[in-house]
Amino acid sequence: MVENRPWLTAASHAVLILGVLAVAFPLYVTFVASTQSFEQTLQMPMSLVPGDQMVKNYSQVLGAGTTTGSKAAVSSMLVNSLVMALAIPIGKTAISIISAFAIVYFRFPLRMFFFWMIFITLMLPVEVRIIPTFKVIADLGMLNTYAGLTVPLIASATATFLFRQFFMTIPDELAEAARVDGASPMRFFVDVLLPLSKTTMAALFVIQFIYGWNQYLWPLLIATDESMYTAVIGIKRMIVGSDAANEWNLIMATAILAMLPPALVVMLMQKWFVKGLVETEK
Amino acid sequence: MEKRVVFRSAWLPYALVAPQIAITLVFFFWPAAQAVWYSFQLQDAFGLKTQFVGLQNFAALFKDSNYLDSFKVTAVFSAAVAVCGIAISLLLATMADRVLRGAMAYKTLLIWPYAVAPAVAGVLWAFMFAPSIGIVTYVLKGMGIDWNWIIKGDQAMLLVVIASVWKQISYNFLFFLAGLQSIPKSLIEAAAIDGAGPLRRFWTIVFPLLSPTTFFLLVVNCVYAFFDTFGVIDATTQGGPAQATNILVYKVYHDGVKAADLGGSSAQSVILMFIVIVLTVAQFRFIERKVQY
Repeated sequence: MVENRPWLTAASHAVLILGVLAVAFPLYVTFVASTQSFEQTLQMPMSLVPGDQMVKNYSQVLGAGTTTGSKAAVSSMLVNSLVMALAIPIGKTAISIISAFAIVYFRFPLRMFFFWMIFITLMLPVEVRIIPTFKVIADLGMLNTYAGLTVPLIASATATFLFRQFFMTIPDELAEAARVDGASPMRFFVDVLLPLSKTTMAALFVIQFIYGWNQYLWPLLIATDESMYTAVIGIKRMIVGSDAANEWNLIMATAILAMLPPALVVMLMQKWFVKGLVETEK
Repeated sequence: MEKRVVFRSAWLPYALVAPQIAITLVFFFWPAAQAVWYSFQLQDAFGLKTQFVGLQNFAALFKDSNYLDSFKVTAVFSAAVAVCGIAISLLLATMADRVLRGAMAYKTLLIWPYAVAPAVAGVLWAFMFAPSIGIVTYVLKGMGIDWNWIIKGDQAMLLVVIASVWKQISYNFLFFLAGLQSIPKSLIEAAAIDGAGPLRRFWTIVFPLLSPTTFFLLVVNCVYAFFDTFGVIDATTQGGPAQATNILVYKVYHDGVKAADLGGSSAQSVILMFIVIVLTVAQFRFIERKVQY
């Protein structure tokens, strides 16, 4: 602080508290709705005091889904979401780190060609190639499989760049020493690069976990079978009509369950999260 | 920038890039090439015959008032999301940079919406704004506002903007906070000694020094509004009412998947690819400047 202005500090706190409350209000309403009975959520206005149906609502969605919308159990959706949220960061880290290693530590014909190929994928998000990509997956028989849900999403230019950037900062002396000692490239990779990359990997993991968990368009296309729904898709499938026709108490319980894991990851692994966010965008 | 020390192997580097290149070819380049190919073709109503029609699909698109409207909707939507998101987060970040006590707690409490899926954010807000049972609707009714986003286009737009901004604030906030913390304190102190008040210091020193971050966030927010908000739209308004929230990405999905218009949807995809390329180039240019302060 440059100077002491008590009124301005008080105003800053007021704005921040207001901001925090405004940001948290939807979460609070969601939580309250998830603890009420169906009839209570339809009251106008809805009570803002938590109800007593929490256990009943959560066990219903975890075991059996909604009655009017999707009847798939949310517990299996959470498993599917978890598979996506783990397979994508692990797969992405694995293929990106080895391709970055090849591009940084080797000179070979076509090196720049591969580099640009990876770069161009930045410009081809799923959204602009929806139908042809869907056809490729269908032709390969990968609809409604975990492979179909995850493999196409693990190629990523940002992760490769992140590792490339990091490898560039590693002193040349390490590679030189390894070569003098007669270590093979893979030996150098496993014994030197991997241990040094731990923090980068952790940061990438947090960001990609959230990315994988929150995927929407892709599972919407690929997971047509109820047993393959992810939690985010499940919520959408539970909404059948407008307003009063929906079992909002159950939908909101599912929303809480779908938000909890990534929100916890962000808050508990805040340090890695911020690092990952700032670095993947560079 | 190149490494001075490299390893030698005739086959190893190829083996190392192979997995990524294979996935890139099969799931990125091949479908993108097909999108371009389909965009020059016309399929008959039963999908039995296709015919090469050149640029006819594109010509038809630019004559289609729905498509041109979708451009307008996307422009309004992206501008609203970017400007509101940036303004609110800049205010919060400036305040968070000022306070000493509780700064960490505020940060933690402001960043969690990043973890919420866009579709879930849409559902949350749609519930609060639901025309017959929503809690915000109730308050608005009390103020004499007739709220029903299911039939009113501008209200539907407002809803998707609010939901999208809410989810994006945390991201902008973190970048602004990092930007603010990297401004040398000596500059601010010098201005304070010269008698500049907090507001004046903000507009003449802090804001100009933050401009690279602001530009960067402007581009990132546009990309977000263009593509990532698909979930918000699909879970709430589905492009309606009467196309009022039918952004370009949603239209590609709707025409291709729901209406099965392969040629038209592919032509739209190709146009979107151009937009992404422009945005990506813009993003990289701004990032280069971002590093300089």
